[in-house]
Amino acid sequence: MNGADIGWMILATGMVLLMTPALAFFYGGLVRSKNALNTMMMSFASLAVVGVLWALAGYTLAFAPGNAAIGGLDYLFLRGVDLQAKGMIPHLLFMCYQGTFAVITAALVSGAIVERMRFSAYLVFIGLWSLVVYAPVAHWVWGGGWLGTLGTLDFAGGTVVHVNAGVAALVAALVLGPRRDHGRQAFLPHNVPLVLLGTGLLWFGWLGFNGGSALAANNAAALAAVNTVLAPMATATVWMLLDMYRTKRMTAVGAATGIVVGLVAITPAAGFIGPRAALALGAIAALPSYYGIIWRSRTRLDDSLDVTPAHGLGGIVGALLTGVFARAAWGGADGWIAGKPSQVLIQAAGVAATLIYSGAASFVLLKAIALVMPLRPPEREEAVGLDVWEHGEEAYSSGEGAILVLSDDGGDR
Amino acid sequence: MKIITAIIRPEKLPDVLEALFKADVRGLSISRAQGHGGEIVQVTNYRGTTAKMELHEKVRIDIGVSDPFVDVTVQVVMKAARTGEVGDGKIFVIPVDKVYRIRTGEEDVDAVTPPMIEGSV
Repeated sequence: MNGADIGWMILATGMVLLMTPALAFFYGGLVRSKNALNTMMMSFASLAVVGVLWALAGYTLAFAPGNAAIGGLDYLFLRGVDLQAKGMIPHLLFMCYQGTFAVITAALVSGAIVERMRFSAYLVFIGLWSLVVYAPVAHWVWGGGWLGTLGTLDFAGGTVVHVNAGVAALVAALVLGPRRDHGRQAFLPHNVPLVLLGTGLLWFGWLGFNGGSALAANNAAALAAVNTVLAPMATATVWMLLDMYRTKRMTAVGAATGIVVGLVAITPAAGFIGPRAALALGAIAALPSYYGIIWRSRTRLDDSLDVTPAHGLGGIVGALLTGVFARAAWGGADGWIAGKPSQVLIQAAGVAATLIYSGAASFVLLKAIALVMPLRPPEREEAVGLDVWEHGEEAYSSGEGAILVLSDDGGDR
Repeated sequence: MKIITAIIRPEKLPDVLEALFKADVRGLSISRAQGHGGEIVQVTNYRGTTAKMELHEKVRIDIGVSDPFVDVTVQVVMKAARTGEVGDGKIFVIPVDKVYRIRTGEEDVDAVTPPMIEGSV
């Protein structure tokens, strides 16, 4: 082990950690002001709940030696996870780096069900989901499971993170049903500058997400980081042109969405394709997600912040294009253009397996939780907004008429 | 002519607007208001500070109407804004001396009658 690798991976861990608060800003700006804190807390709480569960049990299920489907229990409660080398870095650091991925993947799902899910039910859901869905899928691809053996290329989690979160989001939106005034009222973002701030921080963090997935300070990390800069630039450019073509105006929310879609799409390919391919991949990836979002908004499907079109569709396109553009000379394996068309099918197998497993397991989890506790708040509380009801706080309090209570009784709902 | 001022719950605003438009009442102004009407106070906590919010967010709607429209407007707002719980708000009907439309100088009933613009519903 050397200082450069360890140093880079500590930094990359911090950068991916920052992506979850960034996602909170991104999502928080897109909702109405009465639900801003609740939406942001859905991401921040994942840092707490999913992070702890990852250390206790998720990590071992994903990365301990096991069978093709799931890891064993060797690392339960972090037993045996110490400063010995795992690859080029201390095992403990590897565990922590991977933990930041579990946290943001669970938080991504929240975008589909904002403004209408009970916070307690949400926490139970993402906690169980991180163990039952995220950990096995991560094992399949990165932990020695069957998709890795099959040869699926997923550099930093296009399938494990984005397809996985995208389909879980779709299922969650369907199980919970639309917000009560969906289809009657236009839901407008309450703070677009927050959305842009979140986008910028996500992009910065994503260099740690993709660059760090090399798990060392090496050429693969440099390639992944550069591709992570280039691809979203192409996606955002195409996105703005599509906006121009459709509405004669380039929108800020559109540019932000384009950047995120580009980041999603380059994720599986980052360390496997060259820079020109990254630009092409980014440009192509804009189209399905752009039109997917437009189509989605005309349906009764209330995937409120378009997690399915942005992350699900963007992740699928990225995974398949990885099979097209991959070149062993850059890293990984050859894809279609380099003479191995079957790689696209291998990529499709990874996507299909994730869609089926994550979709089915997310459905069962939500239905099981619904037997024990209500998933949705009462109608009136949903109308008033979840910030005060769930958290006893307001994002933008005027402070007028606030009377100090001197007892330390926290008050009841 | 009368001016009808309604103080309602913000979350009922979409219902009230929809009902008013359906009843052909189209000229109105809304503003945010903070009010106290005896409803249960919300309690918020910020670190060690616990506060009771005595003033609640409300929306104020002002509608200038000619006399035949007074009753229908009041009934429409009352029906759409009601939840049955304390805090639903109030409707005030206030006499008006004169009304002018700034654009045309029209007065009184003409000034509170929506202009027939080509293409409007």
